[in-house]
Amino acid sequence: MNLSINNFDGCVNDKLINEVIMSDLLLQLHEDLRFREGLSACMNCGVCTALCPAASYFEYDPRHICQIVQTGDEAELEALLKGDEIWQCGQCLSCKARCPRGNVPGYVIQALRRVSQMNGYFMQSEEGRKQLRIKRAIGHSILTTGYCVHPRLVDPAVHPEQGPVWAWANEQGAELYKQCGSAFYDEAEGGLRKISQDVLNELGSIFYETGAFKLWEAIEGENMRTKNNQER
Amino acid sequence: MKSLLWKEYQKEVPDDKYFFVRSCIRQTFFPGAETSLLKLLREELKLDIFEDSRHTTCTGIGYHSDVVPLETTMTVVARQLALMTEAGYSNLLVSCVTSFGIYLEMVEVWHHHPEMLERTREALWKATRREFEIPEFIVHTSDLVYHFREEFASRAPYRLVNKESGKPLRVVDHVGCHYAKIFPDRGFGGAEFPSVLSGLVETFGGENVDYPERRHCCGFGFRHYLLQENRGYSVSNSRVKFESMEPYAPDLIVTNCPGCNMFLDRWQYTLAEMNGKTYDADGRGIPVLSHEELTALMMGYDPWKLGLQMHQVQLEPLLDKIGVVYEPGKKYNLLSGPGKGPELPEVLKVIP
Repeated sequence: MNLSINNFDGCVNDKLINEVIMSDLLLQLHEDLRFREGLSACMNCGVCTALCPAASYFEYDPRHICQIVQTGDEAELEALLKGDEIWQCGQCLSCKARCPRGNVPGYVIQALRRVSQMNGYFMQSEEGRKQLRIKRAIGHSILTTGYCVHPRLVDPAVHPEQGPVWAWANEQGAELYKQCGSAFYDEAEGGLRKISQDVLNELGSIFYETGAFKLWEAIEGENMRTKNNQER
Repeated sequence: MKSLLWKEYQKEVPDDKYFFVRSCIRQTFFPGAETSLLKLLREELKLDIFEDSRHTTCTGIGYHSDVVPLETTMTVVARQLALMTEAGYSNLLVSCVTSFGIYLEMVEVWHHHPEMLERTREALWKATRREFEIPEFIVHTSDLVYHFREEFASRAPYRLVNKESGKPLRVVDHVGCHYAKIFPDRGFGGAEFPSVLSGLVETFGGENVDYPERRHCCGFGFRHYLLQENRGYSVSNSRVKFESMEPYAPDLIVTNCPGCNMFLDRWQYTLAEMNGKTYDADGRGIPVLSHEELTALMMGYDPWKLGLQMHQVQLEPLLDKIGVVYEPGKKYNLLSGPGKGPELPEVLKVIP
């Protein structure tokens, strides 16, 4: 069954939404502000796909994705959330600058990825399953260091593309960084300073209050459940 | 009439009093860039640029790779703004282009959805007992350098001109996607005619060279670069740009985004080793500089204190064209004295 969240003038009709005209997945998407702001009335012109860097390299078509979420077909939506396609967007947001209707497929993607993770669907695609590694690398870095990335996270052994200068810089560490004015993990002013435990505790409290740990539990939990099932 | 048409592509930038927030990527790969920027602003222009060492990442890389929820990023941003409010500032100066987009996005959400602002205030108070005000101005560091470009150029000992021929050096720019593609009216020149870098190049005497893929993404792709097996996406996008700029034989690539600066530098090495090809005539690659690095270099700062030895594509050919006075023998010096330099790539030519 095709269900639309939009009335004829493209405005979201909250009354209809509340009367359970939407599918469960569409309701979950609609709870995300980025979904509501990112898609109001797509006319499927395909400008987003034409300019999208990810569409040049992958089986990825933001125009088609907008079409699926706009029609609201539950089965198609579920297939989308279980597939690789939603994980191909590179979040450059070039689509935002160009859509003649002011839609933002990049925001729609963020909402789709969130729903995919919270419902465990991401585990059914190869690209989705990679979220665990990103969560453990970047998520943990934020809470343990206060930085998304820092030199010790970019190990030259797994970053051969960084080249010999990076391997050299990484090896020199403080000896090199400090002559460029960096604090390099010391308790001092300036770049790469050691972020105090009090500050990290504040970040942890924010993550707790705002639902980040629930998302992380969904990512870790689904991985654990799948692993246990495989072992059984 | 023409000037009125272009007015919407201009941006108001305050002259002074900023609260500064750093970039994770710039601190990691180009530690001298922010140091030099602060020196330029504080020591050359005598500006009041305040930094609170309790500020953190904005979570931007985690947010755009979908492991940090919107509400979390919004509240971390609110915490940074609380530090700014506590310090008595209302102008935010942002080093990172991803962060710049994040700050603009969160403030835009609060503007259109006051209920989200209230929820953020409540969450921040509950988590940290802090309160915040929305900044009056959000300015990227490239905006501020552009704003003061004439002052810098008037004091600079060097110009973007070939010392031997007297001709302007040919420069291609790459403006980070999140600088003006998300909120075009918040960047100089908008998404269509970004002038934040080309204006700086012109003021320093260089020749801006247009190229077909000028607006194409560098290919960071957030999750795609973070995942080793997905990095083909990233390098392929940069290759599109290099192939596009190659026929115009640029002397320099200039950027304003720390990620773009790193990728456009590193991927030239990777592509050289993978394909045996460089995008310049001499096999050395096209040098890449960010707006602060370029400005500091023009202002006569020591290239090695500026951290230019941490670029994979070496800067010496550019320094020699400009006529920068530098000490080649000190390139790999460390705090404790002379050091040994990096290993040599197989294809990309470097100076041993």
